[in-house]
Amino acid sequence: MSLGAHAQHHLDSLITAWQRLRAQPLASAFSILVIGIALSLPTGLYLLISNLDRASNGLAEHTEITVFLKPKTETATALSLAESLRNEPGIRKLRFVSREDALLELQRSGLDDILTSLSSNPLPHALVIEPTQTSAEQIRRLDQRLRQRPEVDAIASAEAWARRLTALLDFGIGLTWMLSTVLALALAAITGNTIRLQIYARRDEIEISRLIGATDRFIRRPFLYFGALQGLLGGLTALLISGLAILWLNQSVAELATTYGSSFRLALLDVPISLLLLVGGALLGLAGAGLSVTYTLRDFD
Amino acid sequence: MIELINVTKHYPGGHVTLANVDLHIQRGEMVFITGRSGAGKSTLLKLIGSIEKPTSGHIKIGNEDISRLRRTTVPYFRLNIGMIFQDHKLLYDRSVLDNVLLPLHIREVHGAEATRRARAALEKVGLANRERSRPITLSGGEQQRLCIARAIVGRPRLILADEPTANLDDDYAHEIMGILQALNEGGDTILIATHDQDLIVRYGKRRLVLADGTLS
Repeated sequence: MSLGAHAQHHLDSLITAWQRLRAQPLASAFSILVIGIALSLPTGLYLLISNLDRASNGLAEHTEITVFLKPKTETATALSLAESLRNEPGIRKLRFVSREDALLELQRSGLDDILTSLSSNPLPHALVIEPTQTSAEQIRRLDQRLRQRPEVDAIASAEAWARRLTALLDFGIGLTWMLSTVLALALAAITGNTIRLQIYARRDEIEISRLIGATDRFIRRPFLYFGALQGLLGGLTALLISGLAILWLNQSVAELATTYGSSFRLALLDVPISLLLLVGGALLGLAGAGLSVTYTLRDFD
Repeated sequence: MIELINVTKHYPGGHVTLANVDLHIQRGEMVFITGRSGAGKSTLLKLIGSIEKPTSGHIKIGNEDISRLRRTTVPYFRLNIGMIFQDHKLLYDRSVLDNVLLPLHIREVHGAEATRRARAALEKVGLANRERSRPITLSGGEQQRLCIARAIVGRPRLILADEPTANLDDDYAHEIMGILQALNEGGDTILIATHDQDLIVRYGKRRLVLADGTLS
């Protein structure tokens, strides 16, 4: 058998599979839609996690650590500390807030009456730091480093918030994997069942083909292509569903982001992940068809 | 070419269809296998065609003992045989041409070459003008001719025909036998299972009679 004849047979099997798919448009459309919806659930969750991750990285610009110095710290000492910290790694920006400036800010915020009743300024000098990274681990390390300075009295940091966000993202990633695995099995089962029904509908054809010399490989091939095609189209449907959902949600996200002074928008699936979805759908369809055709053909022996 | 050595076939339940059958058929022979209904004619053809396996004994086609074939190699062996079935076993949702193309596709013959060979086979059985028709629209004789075209398109050297003229009137039966005889004259070995004694007498070929599971 030549390579050309072999390739021709694969092409014929693919065409046969496509014709079988088109021969029952409604049943095929429903199967593809069910697969598409099943795949769009983990896809949607992945999009939520990746966008949340992207959004939390964007918040780095707004994440601040406030370092309160000991009340007795002199202004010159505080300024010297600020100057030395500015050159340290992990610190994007540092702003020195003197106790006088802090008092003025409080007065402006409407606490004037209370402050005038005090005999002296109770507020300490403070350093407001923007870290370069907002991961929980990096904020924790910066926090520890700052606490080692003798001038530092207390630190109000975003570490706890960052840790909670990271834990939430990790949980989301785990949930995505779990959902992907369960729905991958569902996809394989849906395809397998469709193929099983097809095999029974073509029982006569299969038996006649076997009688005149068809190998199981010859019989299996169009069914395998059918499963792969159905999975591929299911993946494409999931891509469309998630894309439309993002476009629809982005209107609300834009309004919400504007209130925070941000131009953040939900991102669509990137090209590698889109390809993974399509190829993954096709491979799962192929696997479901392969299992189904193997077990069902055994019934005919 | 075909050799059966002490072949026995039991079916579940203990019914013995063939008992200790010995048979030798030369290459290029045309042989009639006759006997009453249930005598085991179809079983004998199924054993030679490797559709069923003998309970005991050996069946040799050429130098190959087909009673020892593994399940996965049986299809490759069947490619060397043209089978004509009493009930035709046609694909009724396909065209006449598609039915004849199927054995070629199984042999990985495609495209123009496959179409040329399928048309030549249809020409040989007189169905060239019906290639676009569905088998259901053909008469019984035409369906049997289509079955012959499908059997010969792969150019096998052995043809097994199970009651090829059953349910056909004399004219159609003669037509079918004419085609099989022409193939035999071309060098093909042909085994025909039939209960039609007139047919056997008319063609005067070797006759094997099956009775009570034994050959005479």
